[in-house]
Amino acid sequence: MADKKTSPTTRTGKLAAGAANYADDRLGSAGYLKKNLNKIFPDHWSFMLGEVCLYSFVILLLSGTFLTFWFDPSQRDVVYQGAYTPLSGVSMSAAYASTLHLSFDVRGGLLMRQIHHWAALIFMVAIVVHLFRVFFTGAFRKPRETNWLIGIGLLTFGIIEGFLGYSLPDDLLSGTGIRIAEAILQAIPVVGSYLAFFAFGGPFPGTSFIPRVYMVHILLLPALFLALITVHLMMVWYQKHTQFPGPGRKESNVVGYPLMPVYMAKAGGFFFIVFGVTAFLGAVASINPIWLYGPYTPGQISAGSQPDWYMGWLDGLVRMAPPLETHWLGHTISWNILLPSLVLPGLIFVGMTFYPFIEAWISGDHREHHLLDRPRNVPNRTALGAMSIAFMVIALANGGNDIIATHFHLTINGIMWFTRIGLFTVPPIVFIITKRVCLSLQRADRDLVLHGRETGRLVMLPSGEMIEVHEPISDARKWTLTQHQQPEALPAPLPEEALVGWKGKLRKRMNEAHNVQVPAATLSELKELGDSHH
Amino acid sequence: MSTQIERFEDPGLPEHLHRKADTDPKAAKRAEQQVAILFLLSAVGTVGTIASYIWVHPQVYLYIPILGSTNVQQACIGLGLTLATLTIGLGAIQWAKKLMPDVEQVQERHEFRSSDKDRDDLTKTVENRVEETGIARRPLIKRTLGLALGLVGLSPLVLLRDLGPMPGKYLDTTDWTAGTRLMLDPANTPIRPEDLEVGAVAQVLPELPAGTERTLENIGKDAVLLIRLRPEDFNLDPERLSWTYNGIIAFSKICTHMGCAVALYEQQTHHLLCPCHQSTFDVTRAAKVIFGPAARPLPQLAITVDANGYLVAKQPFTVPIGPSFWERNSKNG
Ligand code: HEM
Ligand code: FES
Repeated sequence: MADKKTSPTTRTGKLAAGAANYADDRLGSAGYLKKNLNKIFPDHWSFMLGEVCLYSFVILLLSGTFLTFWFDPSQRDVVYQGAYTPLSGVSMSAAYASTLHLSFDVRGGLLMRQIHHWAALIFMVAIVVHLFRVFFTGAFRKPRETNWLIGIGLLTFGIIEGFLGYSLPDDLLSGTGIRIAEAILQAIPVVGSYLAFFAFGGPFPGTSFIPRVYMVHILLLPALFLALITVHLMMVWYQKHTQFPGPGRKESNVVGYPLMPVYMAKAGGFFFIVFGVTAFLGAVASINPIWLYGPYTPGQISAGSQPDWYMGWLDGLVRMAPPLETHWLGHTISWNILLPSLVLPGLIFVGMTFYPFIEAWISGDHREHHLLDRPRNVPNRTALGAMSIAFMVIALANGGNDIIATHFHLTINGIMWFTRIGLFTVPPIVFIITKRVCLSLQRADRDLVLHGRETGRLVMLPSGEMIEVHEPISDARKWTLTQHQQPEALPAPLPEEALVGWKGKLRKRMNEAHNVQVPAATLSELKELGDSHH
Repeated sequence: MSTQIERFEDPGLPEHLHRKADTDPKAAKRAEQQVAILFLLSAVGTVGTIASYIWVHPQVYLYIPILGSTNVQQACIGLGLTLATLTIGLGAIQWAKKLMPDVEQVQERHEFRSSDKDRDDLTKTVENRVEETGIARRPLIKRTLGLALGLVGLSPLVLLRDLGPMPGKYLDTTDWTAGTRLMLDPANTPIRPEDLEVGAVAQVLPELPAGTERTLENIGKDAVLLIRLRPEDFNLDPERLSWTYNGIIAFSKICTHMGCAVALYEQQTHHLLCPCHQSTFDVTRAAKVIFGPAARPLPQLAITVDANGYLVAKQPFTVPIGPSFWERNSKNG
């Protein structure tokens, strides 16, 4: 077998062999490819979230390129003469007119605009949910911290890219968004008015902003995305995917399906499904009907202005900010703008960025991790994640306070006070509740292993007492529920010398909080129970 | 406590269970047909897309409940595309699930950390190479290189300077001066007090010198709201009262929070509301902020009438209009 050259027998086989050999003669790629076609990918629904990000990005590239063929990024004045008669003869920017043209005169143009916008929303949802998956399962731990950082970068640039995207059509709604962005720039102490004048090429709105934003939206940021996504995926490839714990799954292995054919078929198929879903939304669900808003002019506004959801939490924070401004030596500092739109989001993003390093510092755990945590087994982290979600939901709710007020017959004043107070009180409560829930779930796991599953069948004991029959769970299940790290098994709990001073004390206390756990059931305990049962 | 605590042991990968299609050729055949049907549907979808593109009339709208008025051609193209792509995806996944091997496989990982020796060698090599450059021994080179690299980044920053002009006093001023006539927007005609009934609101802009065209930049700082109340509704100090004319009061329409147009006027309460973040201003009290994140009242424009009975500005705005900025001198509120 060793030296015999096998020649392919089927037509496909011959074609593949031809291509592979051609490449191998020039790149020596056969060995590498052979190994990688066998690469194993673990399977879990939550691992598809990252794929959704990737595929919706590809959809954005395709649909966005289509839009560029008609979209005219210019703020030059034109008089509209197109198929949408309600705006006939209205003077407007070429950007707005060309977006109308795309929507009403280009066959499939409206569809592509809607696909592009839906794909942007799906892209952002997928990034956020993917990020939470990575967070709650501890996938960001060593050796994957770099990919966490890249992910935070993608999230940040995604928010900016989306905002710049819906600023392009220059309708009344998006112009209002740009006006607000200008006010944020202008509010930055010392350099604010300069930044605003440089960004807009003079006073707001000017005629330079949309052409500039366009360049950033279709070239600069997409190139950056492409670079970051490439590195992100190369790291996943090289480091191999994490996997959930279970029978046969160890820190030292990967269990799953090979790249070729199963994973390729599933992932490739999944791309088409994401495309299909986005196309469906684009076909039936109207989004950003810019013709209803009219062209932008600073003297008007459309009631109930709402940004896309990924900006909504910022809008909510801005809406609930106290009317605070400092007047000092002939200068004005607008805390009502700076705090909610720059300081607070800045702190949140810095916290997110450094979280993997903070957690490692607290836990003192610097080993490699390839098995994921079940969220309940790390109550502190899970509670922190739940708390952040609560914070965002409250901020987002206030971003839609006008809509909530009219739908539920509440006053905006009431919602504002509720969210102002809630922003600081609800997240800590959510933290405490989540932590407790995690610990009870751990206790439930323990009971399940030791006492088995409730069957709902009742039997009467000779003494007349009724008991419910419990059925032992499988060995596989027992393993899954007890395999996780026990605190006493941590290799190097924090060294004494690291715990001096206020920093050391803080670290020690956080370490203790981090390690709170219900001890996992052990075989010894189960045996003991078995002995005492009958 | 007796002996060592025994923990549960990993029972290893569960035994592989065969799918129906693995053992039953009929089931396999059925799966094959399902996949083929899905792929065929995709072809139908593409044909439908092309047919809609060519034959459906581009300007036909249909009212569909919930979705509202929908362009039929766009929807048909989109649904064709949906069918064409979704079924490729479903087919491929069905194929992978039912017919491709489903035996889980195991691959070993290797720790990323290299051997101590490799790591030491690398450190030494790097040290040696750095040593060879002599940078440690030649502080002059080190410092001048630091200076050069530190400065080279300045050039692009300086080159960006021409992105826009300096703000100068632009943000402090508007086109309103003493005697500027108030022009109705968008008609661009002067307005008399009698043209405005009690309870009415109008947007006005300053009359620009003949031959100057009004730009969006002008509107962005000049837009003013006129509101007519009954004079007894006002609750103003004498100076501000003298800025009104027969119950007509004028405010900058540009929100002092972040610059949106403060467009919603509630007649009963005499409140002006900015839809962006709901800052609410009390018209009777010189647009004092009564709710929301805005920190300052809307600047009031002093108005009167000229010899021909048209409304004119008595004087420019006394404070900068719109959102705050660093150079804004807030002595006067
Ligand atoms: C992560 C990437 C991207 C996001 C989140 C994004 C988001 C958006 C959004 C929300 C809009 C507004 C659409 C509307 O309602 O009209 C937009 C417009 C636009 N985008 Fe993108 N986009 C992305 C990438 C791209 C790329 C790669 C291109 C081109 C190569 C592109 C080209 C355009 C064009 C030309 C418009 C304006 C046309 C119009 O609004 O009808 N985008 N983008
Ligand atoms: S811009 Fe008016 S309230 Fe924010």
